[in-house]
Amino acid sequence: MSRAFTPKVVTANDLLLGDAIWLTDEDEWTRDLARAELIEDEAHAQLRLLHAQGQPDIAVGPYLADAKAGAKGAEPVHFREAFRTRGPSNYAHGKQEEV
Amino acid sequence: MYKYNDFDEAFVRERVEQFRGQVERRIDGSLTEDEFKPLRLMNGLYLQLHAYMLRIAIPYGTLSGRQMRQLGMIADRWDRGYGHFTTRQNIQFNWPRLRDVPEILSALADVEMHAIQTSGNTIRNVTADHFAGASADEIADPRPYAELLRQWSTDHPEFQFLPRKFKIAVTGAAHDRAVIRAHDIGLQIVERDGATGFRVLVGGGLGRTPMIGKVIREFLPAEDLLPYTEAIVSVWNLLGRRDNKFKARIKITVHETGIDEIARMVEDRFAEIRPQFGGVDQQVLGEIQAQFAPPGFAAKPLDAYETAYAEDPVFRAWIDTNVAPHRRDDHAIVSISLKKHGATPGDATSAQMATMADLAERHAYDELRISHEQNVILPHVARADLPAVHAALKEAGLATANIGLVSDIIACPGMDYCALATARSIPVAQQIATRFEELKLERDIGPLKIKISGCINACGHHHVGHIGILGLDRAGVENYQITLGGDGTEDAVIGTRTGPGFAYDEIVPAIERIVDAYLSAREDPSETFLETYRRIGMEPFKAALYPEKARAHAA
Repeated sequence: MSRAFTPKVVTANDLLLGDAIWLTDEDEWTRDLARAELIEDEAHAQLRLLHAQGQPDIAVGPYLADAKAGAKGAEPVHFREAFRTRGPSNYAHGKQEEV
Repeated sequence: MYKYNDFDEAFVRERVEQFRGQVERRIDGSLTEDEFKPLRLMNGLYLQLHAYMLRIAIPYGTLSGRQMRQLGMIADRWDRGYGHFTTRQNIQFNWPRLRDVPEILSALADVEMHAIQTSGNTIRNVTADHFAGASADEIADPRPYAELLRQWSTDHPEFQFLPRKFKIAVTGAAHDRAVIRAHDIGLQIVERDGATGFRVLVGGGLGRTPMIGKVIREFLPAEDLLPYTEAIVSVWNLLGRRDNKFKARIKITVHETGIDEIARMVEDRFAEIRPQFGGVDQQVLGEIQAQFAPPGFAAKPLDAYETAYAEDPVFRAWIDTNVAPHRRDDHAIVSISLKKHGATPGDATSAQMATMADLAERHAYDELRISHEQNVILPHVARADLPAVHAALKEAGLATANIGLVSDIIACPGMDYCALATARSIPVAQQIATRFEELKLERDIGPLKIKISGCINACGHHHVGHIGILGLDRAGVENYQITLGGDGTEDAVIGTRTGPGFAYDEIVPAIERIVDAYLSAREDPSETFLETYRRIGMEPFKAALYPEKARAHAA
């Protein structure tokens, strides 16, 4: 039996800066996971991933990451994705500088 | 210190310009990421968790003041004001922008540095004893041989697409400070009947299948170094498991084929290619060796040093911990700790790099070394200058007196930076160091090497830590396994796993329980952690780590 699909976001690294980016439902790339499109349907997720893969001038290595709905929008499920929303824990570098 | 000749200079400059064009073509869309990725990796440029990372080679860990200062300039101008020194004697910048990397490489070329072969399935930066050329126990300086190997392996057409990466370490002393037994090839300079040669080990390595290297040649005449090394790499290039990345390292080939059969094949290959090395390599070696001549040591009166040692307890503690014997009695080897309590192991700010560059130029005959333990070495300092060196280090926040102690922790970048990592390493190291400083136990504990890796690839050398910590992902949660009894010296041993791992918030208390168990069990303060472990074994430490199990077992 195939595993049930869990909600996903499309994420990648920005070509020029290398930082984490997420795809919104308006076909933009955002640096704020909360603004990412939370995808609940597997077929739609594959289409959105293909859309991301078609933008190699912006996004490097797009993939589907598990996420969940939070009060302000999409939230990470796994700690690795949570780190990608912030930055390293030894310095206030990365996205945490911007918030 | 090796100086680029015209060929080196032209070669490195040409690579920079090639890469500049490749970056431009990636940005304008002429190159896809699949096409660009191998090109950027050939120039040390990774894409990590939060940003690009540029890994720069510091051949055999040797730097001049000018080179160190330039690294600080790069950190300021194109990164975020710091750099990270690694266990392979490289430096990594964690935040370069893609567009800036060609300029960074150009700035490196200005000081005879580059990032070539710091990634990819090729022969990586050749590492060496960080006390090379200075230590009292050395037979010969290993760096000329390391430089010869570097020149031979750089852009070697046969070895650019090996089954996996390949790491070589060289030491000139019997006491192994270069962890040669955990390298694909480990070379130890030895003497036989007045002739210099190498004891050659092969098939060591850490990672998911840790192995200690095996002796393939007890004595290799020094003049045969290149053809014999070429024979080893060539045999592995043929036999290496390209079908399975996890079995592709030479340690697996040696294990599966057997050291005797590998030795036979290497000897056969060596016999074939030896005649092709008609002596040019020895001429090159001679030219290299001339560049590694010892500095013109200056004798200075020791009165001020002796007074400071007698009267200043802070200076005395630093001397006793961070200063090692030099081949000359009136000189010393200074280890600058990049492990200030609570700081990121291996990181130095641009200001600290400038300070270390100044000190090298003023007090260390313009030489610095990077150790595999992520510290910086001033290899030749007149003892008379030690008070001045200490004062300058103190001002720069670099005078932490903890070399070899519990807070002198190797930690890989872990999931704070590395895309491969499965857990964090750095905050664990920071918390352990801070905890033992709070307990004021560090000096009482004595020599103790803690090494932390954030994934099974073992960049933090956890297998050879007296206490090793491996961070893993267990069902979406950071989990840390502990090994005990590892040793990276000439008596190299892979540590033994204690049992189930610990959650992120449990790992520091767990390490504290291990250390407490040692303090309770040692025969006297002179017995080190490793000696105690070897005497009493794993069980008392397991009982301390897993008290519930111990109680259940006793009931």
